[in-house]
Amino acid sequence: MSIDLSQFFEVFFEESFEGLDAMEAELLNLVPGEEDQETINTIFRAAHSIKGGSGTFGFSAVADFTHVLETLLDQIREGSRDLTAEHVNLLLKSVDCLRALLRALQAEQQPDLAEADELRIKFEEILGMRAASQASEQVEETVAESSFNTYQIDFKPHHHLFKTGNEPLYMISELAELGELETHAFQDGIPDITNYAPEDCFLAWRFFLTTDKEQSSIEEIFEWVEDDADISITLCGGLFGAEVEPSSASEPAKETNTNTVEPIAKASTDAKKAAPVKTATANAESTSIRVGIDKVDSLINMVGELVITQAMLSQLGEQEITEATIASLQEGLAQLAHNTRDLQENVMRIRMLPISFVFSRFPRLVRDISQKLDKQVELKLLGEQTELDKTVMEKLSDPMVHLVRNSLDHGLETVDKRVAAGKDPVGTVTLNAFHQGGNIVIEIMDDGQGLNTTKIREKAIKNGLISESDDLSDNEVNELIFLPGFSTADQVSDLSGRGVGMDVVRRNIEALSGSVEVSSAPGVGSTFTIRLPLTLAILDGQLVRVAEHTYIIPLISIIESLQIDITKVSRVGKDLDVLRLRDEYIPILRLYNIFNHQGAIETLDKTLLVVVESDNQKVGLLVDDLLSQQQVVIKSLEANYQKVDGVSGATILGDGRVSLIVDISGLIKLSGLRKPGSQELIIESKANLEAS
Amino acid sequence: MIAQHDDLHNKLNLEQNQDVKQFLTFFMAEEEYGVDILTVQEIRSWEEITVIPNSPDFVKGVINLRGTIVPIIDLRLRFGIPAIEYGPLTVVIVLKVKLENASKIMGIVVDAVSDVYSIAEHEAKAVPHLSDSDNAQYVAGLVNVGEKMVALLDLQKTMDI
Repeated sequence: MSIDLSQFFEVFFEESFEGLDAMEAELLNLVPGEEDQETINTIFRAAHSIKGGSGTFGFSAVADFTHVLETLLDQIREGSRDLTAEHVNLLLKSVDCLRALLRALQAEQQPDLAEADELRIKFEEILGMRAASQASEQVEETVAESSFNTYQIDFKPHHHLFKTGNEPLYMISELAELGELETHAFQDGIPDITNYAPEDCFLAWRFFLTTDKEQSSIEEIFEWVEDDADISITLCGGLFGAEVEPSSASEPAKETNTNTVEPIAKASTDAKKAAPVKTATANAESTSIRVGIDKVDSLINMVGELVITQAMLSQLGEQEITEATIASLQEGLAQLAHNTRDLQENVMRIRMLPISFVFSRFPRLVRDISQKLDKQVELKLLGEQTELDKTVMEKLSDPMVHLVRNSLDHGLETVDKRVAAGKDPVGTVTLNAFHQGGNIVIEIMDDGQGLNTTKIREKAIKNGLISESDDLSDNEVNELIFLPGFSTADQVSDLSGRGVGMDVVRRNIEALSGSVEVSSAPGVGSTFTIRLPLTLAILDGQLVRVAEHTYIIPLISIIESLQIDITKVSRVGKDLDVLRLRDEYIPILRLYNIFNHQGAIETLDKTLLVVVESDNQKVGLLVDDLLSQQQVVIKSLEANYQKVDGVSGATILGDGRVSLIVDISGLIKLSGLRKPGSQELIIESKANLEAS
Repeated sequence: MIAQHDDLHNKLNLEQNQDVKQFLTFFMAEEEYGVDILTVQEIRSWEEITVIPNSPDFVKGVINLRGTIVPIIDLRLRFGIPAIEYGPLTVVIVLKVKLENASKIMGIVVDAVSDVYSIAEHEAKAVPHLSDSDNAQYVAGLVNVGEKMVALLDLQKTMDI
């Protein structure tokens, strides 16, 4: 086995994690007593491939553990054992345990086998394979063995061994590398010449190997031929010890397999020459992505078209320039633009994954938490196929987990309370995702008791966030939960209630340039709405001019652009102008004022107003001129500078200049139009007053 | 100048000595300042810049440095020295500065670039604490090169905006 297996490790880990996810999802679907054969099969297959893979790569702890799990599943599959709720719980725990083992191996750390051993003992008890005490004894026993041992290895290949591409000679020479090897070949299996088939293997061997290596290293050599030969490996008392009965069982190797800490440590350190121990978090954000072959195919198509266009253009370039060539040159350039845009869209699509990747972890979470809290919960998932940028998705997961936990812990009532309130005893939590404009919207709804505004108010006053005299609407009170250091839970539980939650949720989501809102009705339930841009990399922008500066307004937030009808403008307060547009009042924000630029046009009727919407509020931005529309690649200002209020990022224009992208909601905050922590514009009420 | 260069060569011979570092120096209001040459990414001439709204006056704006957005700081204004018209000698020194948790690329506008000196760190003297000068905090140490005095900048402090 001279192939360097470590190059396949990542693939193995990825597939195993996927397999575990699949197992988990299917396990959650299992109802003891009415289990579906196909479901069991899926779980079995997942376990089986993890076992196979980990065996191949020398992660024997994982392989052994999965083996007992597989045995149980096999019995259930065959119907010789009935599935019980205890089995499901145990299997779910094993999924967690396997995940932890694999994570540790992936990070090249020594996995903690305590839990695995404990679970394995439980499995073995169920299976009646051996008593718990024996299992632990065995562990101790094998830890002690470190000096030279002699093994008797009986190797009797089946006749078809050569047809599977295996060569006993290689195995023998590998054995010889492990230590002192004595080889005996049995030739009695060879038939006479008339019955002899040259492509079959008729030989069998007995080896005596004296080595300081673990038994697992011997097993490793025969790993590939496990199913094509009868193999038995036995530890001899002394050199050429007692005659051991050659075993004919096909898998004795498994039974004598040892499960100690050492072989694993060896396997993982050998794999990468004792690489420095990485922390598990280093691998937390996955670095690879699985892309559907159709997406790749369409990319290849597009690149093909691009090459054709390029060939056409370069041909044109070699010709003498006449009027006719100019026309076809322009045509070619238009085609190039078309190709480039298509290509760009498709490349972006590679990063898009269905949100079910995030949603899929919630059934388990909800099951565990509801058991812990003794609440009955039904989880509904809607819009799982909604696609979202992978980077956004990875960062979305934690805030969502937090919100769902909150809904379960604080939102939903206990069964008694629900019955008393005349509700269905089973509470519902709904996760819903859909596209809206250029955004993805994710709603987390529960039909619980809703936010307790009185309690939030009291708490906020106690924490000094607001004062007694503040007159806040219910919505404004609900917004307070997003402020740092806020928790209304009566008791601090290990689920939530440490008061570090919602502000972190909001900050994480705002870091993705999204927003989170809550709406709630007492006794009916509450809904958290997360809005996120589909992608963080590119946006369609409208270039505008303010004095000599060029800014970019995201096209998705623009509703219309218009010239101001001066007769419809009225002044509110000291310096705020409001435009009556159809039946709405639109506050006019003077960009030059907010950004402190000199030299802009200040008279309203000579400028243009771009009406934009953010968080359901419309405002008009006063600009000197509208320039072109184009797609811009968003660059971070924070990478080398810092966050700038009212600006969400920067981009580089076609001429190489930097232009800043306007952040509408930041702008509204900056203009002082919105009270801190409030959803409503101050202006609206005043404008209405003025109108009446 | 000649004396300086001899001095420089002597110093260069000491290169094996671990604590000798090379410093790029520049002029600002007749004073010479130095920065560790390893932090210097490139030196550019002054160019058209995009203003960042509501930023402190010493932040002139941002430029496009081959696809990266790089803020430019006028060191005169940062130090409270009266600004001058940018001329043909005005340069932007692009630096890579290690701040608390990230390294950032920033440019500083200075009057003119001067020279490169090798300076042993132990030669640098602490800045005398003068109560009337806020700028002392931006200087990591003072060092004599020939007849002149060079102020070595504490970039972390200078660029922490």
